[in-house]
Amino acid sequence: MTVDSQATRPPAISARAVTRRFPGVIANDKVSLDVMPGQIHGLLGENGSGKTTLCKMLTGLYRPDEGEILIDGKPVELRSPSDAFEYGIFMVQQHFSLIDSLTVAENLVLGWTPHSQMRFDRKQAEREVAEAAEKFNIQVDSSAYVWQLSVGERQRVEILRALYRGARILILDEPTTALVPQECDELFASMASLAGSDHSIIFISHKLREVMTCCDYVTVLRHGQRVGTVEMTEESRQPRRLAQLMVGREVVLERKTATTARDQGDAVLELAGVSAANDFGRLRVNDVSLSVHAGEIVGIAGVAGNGQVELAEAISGLRRRTAGEITVGGKTVRNHDPRSAIRAGLAYIPEDRLGVGLAPGLTITDNIMLKSFGGKAYSKGPFLSHRKARARTDELLERFGVKGKADDLVRELSGGNAQKVLLARELSDEPAALVIASPTRGLDVAAIESVRELLVKVAADGAGILLISEDLDEVLDLSDRIAVMYEGKIMGVLDREGAELDELGMLMAGIEVAA
Amino acid sequence: MNNGLVITLITSGIVYGTPLVLAGLGELLTERSGVLNLGLEGMMLMGAVCAFAVSQNLGGPSWLALVVALIAAIVAGTLMSLIHAFVTITLRANQVVSGLALTIFGGAVGLSSYLAGVWHLGGTPGRHRFGPIDVFGLGNLPIVGPIFFHQDVIVYLTVVLVACAAWYLHHTRIGLHLRAVGENPHAADSMGVNVTRYRYVHTLVGGALAGVGGAYFSLAITPSWTNGLTTGAGWIALGLVIFAFWRPGLLLIGGYLFGLITGLGFNLQAHGVTLPPEVFSALPYFVAIVALVLVSSVWGKRRLAAPAALAQPYAREER
Repeated sequence: MTVDSQATRPPAISARAVTRRFPGVIANDKVSLDVMPGQIHGLLGENGSGKTTLCKMLTGLYRPDEGEILIDGKPVELRSPSDAFEYGIFMVQQHFSLIDSLTVAENLVLGWTPHSQMRFDRKQAEREVAEAAEKFNIQVDSSAYVWQLSVGERQRVEILRALYRGARILILDEPTTALVPQECDELFASMASLAGSDHSIIFISHKLREVMTCCDYVTVLRHGQRVGTVEMTEESRQPRRLAQLMVGREVVLERKTATTARDQGDAVLELAGVSAANDFGRLRVNDVSLSVHAGEIVGIAGVAGNGQVELAEAISGLRRRTAGEITVGGKTVRNHDPRSAIRAGLAYIPEDRLGVGLAPGLTITDNIMLKSFGGKAYSKGPFLSHRKARARTDELLERFGVKGKADDLVRELSGGNAQKVLLARELSDEPAALVIASPTRGLDVAAIESVRELLVKVAADGAGILLISEDLDEVLDLSDRIAVMYEGKIMGVLDREGAELDELGMLMAGIEVAA
Repeated sequence: MNNGLVITLITSGIVYGTPLVLAGLGELLTERSGVLNLGLEGMMLMGAVCAFAVSQNLGGPSWLALVVALIAAIVAGTLMSLIHAFVTITLRANQVVSGLALTIFGGAVGLSSYLAGVWHLGGTPGRHRFGPIDVFGLGNLPIVGPIFFHQDVIVYLTVVLVACAAWYLHHTRIGLHLRAVGENPHAADSMGVNVTRYRYVHTLVGGALAGVGGAYFSLAITPSWTNGLTTGAGWIALGLVIFAFWRPGLLLIGGYLFGLITGLGFNLQAHGVTLPPEVFSALPYFVAIVALVLVSSVWGKRRLAAPAALAQPYAREER
């Protein structure tokens, strides 16, 4: 189903059967796409389905191995991003490609010479950028340094940069990841107004709800192949249908067991007035009090960078707390002392699995042993017993369903298997409480499901879980209670029943809600 | 201390500081593009030996011989840095390893000493040297005369180069692109800046300036050859770049300060003060360590930080 037939004008940009291979993977397999002028075209797919690869080909960052790209119906060869600029194609990356130590204006004129002059006049650049901002009705401070801006502001700068350079075709790669719901609405509004002025927009997302809200057409990719293109009419705005296209089967990501234990369980993790600062000495966790009971999952929702990481590190003992007390299973945990937290029965799974949680260059067995190599399970007298460690590892691998052998290097595992190895290590001592950050980031749908099931099971077995995630859906699906964090403070704690998305959104944006 | 000693100290501080500023300025530009070149010492020695060899074998007017010798130093330094550029930018090898290898390769127990032996450079006084010139006839003014108006031409050239570099970094588009490449090559690339070209050019410029800095030793400071002539100036220049927080203006001031410390050592010895000379040779490194502490402090991280992509190879298709 393509859209060619409905218009007399050729598509602003199209891809014809493009293929791109990477060692061991076909990232894009004969993918076709047509985007008309003034159209908002959604590109939907799971992580690793090839959305980003396709867009990198449309912007000249990668070159297709096969197939061709057409602009206004004419085949073009895009050898580099500057070739793509020439045709007015611009991509707003998932990780913003702004340079922190430069000002907004400097970033905007970078690599682009409107007057092809040697001299760079900062004041003049700032004036021009301010004018452009006014013209496109995008609010930014052209003389501010990028490091001073919030995530939403940075995104506006990226979009303004594209328009300032005369972009006709905008590619937005997962633009809503770091935005609160209200900021998303603003983004959708400006997308609509740009489409009204004949700009074409390719909107990459793996979130059905967003794609259904803002797109005219949606193309679904799966495992590098195009599954279909759907026009968004009233009838077709059905999440179920798109979800099926995306995953290729029915997905159930709902929590299967409702906990009943919450009120009976003892508090296994208690925070009383915990504060902590970031690496630059700025207060990022501000007087947080919270308790997690046995058998309960408490979710921490919030936009990235509101102190969640620092909170997790403070609890695990990796970061010094400036105030407050933490008890795990009734035992007080010493400040800035991970070993004390572990002894008290705390398990910690950091967001950065390979960087912080595991040693990627070591085998699975070595990683499993890391936390308690001194224990009887892995040693014989003062020496390590590799035979015992191997046996223990094999048992854990089987129990946690890891696809891998004890001698495999962790580096070679898929994201899902690496996460399961980490879970196996942390849960093997049957901890009283588990702190886990972004447990499913970067995993494929099957792995996400099994990790979530595992978490539910761990809670059902009597551990208390503090779940920190930027994925609001994940927090909603898994948590019994949801605490919303904003600028280091807990804005409110809601029960899952009766938690309204609007209310959560307001709390995430730092707006107090009358209880 | 009397006036005469102070003037001598400052004058010699400028002389000893000049090669540090030259090599440091090259390294500053290289590092601003995200390439760390620890091969300064090796490149300086290669510049020194090639310049000296050429000047010893040229008759004719001194100025001509010296210009040709400088060109030889530039070529030698550039070729050395080309090795580093190819290995680290094209092959994306570890910059620290490659730079260290370059210093050992060109250094006191390496190619520079070998060439000096083959060319029989040791033990003979230089035929040509950069001598002080009297600028606008102001050299005889009291105090400021000897300090500002009675130096050699390289000293003045160095100041001009620093001013040009400062302007280049902050007031030209190419300079803006250079800073972007050193801060975030991925972003710069996606903005259509040719990262590879910027890195190559500035690594080569760094090599050329290091070569000139080395030649200043063999053509102006000592005019003669001994193996390992630069006595660690390349390392001090590396510290100087940190001390200057990657800013040309501060680099000039810091270079003269380091030069002053070096000169102080020699001059105090001549005046019978019996502090061990090692104290003075160690001082610049100590100052560089203090600067490093500042750079990594809370306050420094934001305002004075090193180029964010320093020493990181860049590959476009890395996923």
